[in-house]
Amino acid sequence: MLTFLIRRIATILPTLVFVSMLIFGLQQLLPGDPAVVLAGEERDPNVVAYLHQKLHLDEPLPMRYLYWVRGVLHGDLGESLRLQQPVLDLILQKLPVTIELALLAITIALAIGIPAGIVSAVKRNTAWDYGANIVALWGLSTPNFWLGIMLILLFSVTLGWLPASGYVSPREDLRANLAAMIMPAFVLGNAIAAVLMRHTRSAMLQVLSSDYVRTARAKGLAERGVVMKHALRNALIPIITLGALELGTLLSGAVLTEQVFTIPGFGKLIVDAVFNRDYAVVQGVVLFTATTYIVLNLLADIAYVIVNPRLRVQK
Amino acid sequence: MSEAAVGVPALDQVAPAIEAGYRAGALRRLLRRPAAAFGLAVIAAFVAIALFAPWLAPYDPLLTSWSAVRKAPNAAHWFGTDEIGRDVLSRVVFGARASLLAGVVSVFISLSLGIPIGLLAGYAGGRIDALISRLTDAVLACPFLILAIALAAFLGPSLTNAMIAIGISATPVFVRLTRGQVMAVKVEDFVLAARAIGNSPWRIALVHVLPNAIPPLIVQATLAIAAAVIAEASLSFLGLGQQPPAPSWGSMLNVAKNYIDNAPWMAIWPGVSIFLLVLSFNLVGDGLRDALDPRSR
Repeated sequence: MLTFLIRRIATILPTLVFVSMLIFGLQQLLPGDPAVVLAGEERDPNVVAYLHQKLHLDEPLPMRYLYWVRGVLHGDLGESLRLQQPVLDLILQKLPVTIELALLAITIALAIGIPAGIVSAVKRNTAWDYGANIVALWGLSTPNFWLGIMLILLFSVTLGWLPASGYVSPREDLRANLAAMIMPAFVLGNAIAAVLMRHTRSAMLQVLSSDYVRTARAKGLAERGVVMKHALRNALIPIITLGALELGTLLSGAVLTEQVFTIPGFGKLIVDAVFNRDYAVVQGVVLFTATTYIVLNLLADIAYVIVNPRLRVQK
Repeated sequence: MSEAAVGVPALDQVAPAIEAGYRAGALRRLLRRPAAAFGLAVIAAFVAIALFAPWLAPYDPLLTSWSAVRKAPNAAHWFGTDEIGRDVLSRVVFGARASLLAGVVSVFISLSLGIPIGLLAGYAGGRIDALISRLTDAVLACPFLILAIALAAFLGPSLTNAMIAIGISATPVFVRLTRGQVMAVKVEDFVLAARAIGNSPWRIALVHVLPNAIPPLIVQATLAIAAAVIAEASLSFLGLGQQPPAPSWGSMLNVAKNYIDNAPWMAIWPGVSIFLLVLSFNLVGDGLRDALDPRSR
């Protein structure tokens, strides 16, 4: 297990280095002098001079990269020119809102995707299977920002049941918080539910045709027990790993969902930064997201090895 | 040498004939699937709408009319009008151009970059493969839309830059897929035979290995067009794609969300159009996957 861990961590180090190069390289896409562009529309000469010094723009590119990496390793992701705050502080301020949205979305996705996948596999080639597949295709093909607008039209404008936008902290008022978050969470969970349903269906079909399931049936066990106790437990292993890969979908989706429902989270931070040409924030958010994604995938791999002892021997 | 020279034309003639027959069969199998046939028909309809937009649209999509601001659907404006009196149907018709263009061009960029890089990684192996694989992992670690937003932000907002951003962000999937296919194919007997008769590595890679790696790439490209259409709509919705007043389904939805309480028709039709186009590419992609799967023969 320790060897596996060391080997796995060794593979993510070069990836992290390349990620940092890629994100640092984004700055090179800016036309002309980056300090002038980064200084915003006012182009205050003092700010330009400060940025020249801070970004080491007079040094060669490899040296600038090393200075930037040193800052990142010390938790310095730069400073928002518009908000005059360190980027890391901004990210940490907005993160709890997006984490809450993501957790609610994952809960909804699991509640829809896994039962639908099980039913679809157990009742293969029946109306249930076709129905679940149609729902999955709907989930994969619907742009989540449009679904959000349509839900606002139905539940806020027409029925008046839920607020169309805004955010209330759960510490202030849990009920109001859930009322504000349920639509965005459903919108975000919808596409992931579709992916989970497809993975669950194919994993269950594979497990249901295996010898040990046939043996369990031959012993006379009730079908419900065979499916839930024998088949699902093993089918869940690949679903956990594939579910972790959906984190990217979750974060990308959060950008749009937070925009539609005006939720002050991580996604809204990057969009606002783009429009205010606050490039340090854009870079910081991408770096933070990519690093989180890599670390969570590492944890998913470790979880996969822990729940599947055979892999421990192989690795 | 003479034996090899005799054997090569025979191998080169027989393999393409089998391949051509198989692909024709794959198209027949695809069209026999009702869902895929429906998807193809919808895509064909959208392509026709995009090509013949000037003749199909009842009005100029940029023409404003202050006497027809936010009019509900009626005989003169079947899909209603928007916040400055433009005909929504005409804008939906012209908007098909941006979506289809973005879908096809972005995937073309991804394929143009992804296939050669994947081929190089898979065929060369060793350090080149390790370097390309780590680079691919790095790009894949950045969520697709977030990377596309960052690229579009740094390149500047426009449809062209959105297509470049989407194309670059989607490239790693094609690199990985091509690499995996090439690694599987390059150890096959016919590749070893081609090497044994003295073909150059480039000829083997391009003539013998690459064609056999194509079917999964076709499936992935179809599904990637669906993802690119949604990505373009997303970037335009955020204001990073097609710039106003040019019509695009995403930017139409961006404006429509502000008028959802008194002009919901502004939001319905662009969304339905994105949904139908994306659904169709997904149906065709799923159908192609089954039709090109040798096990389904």
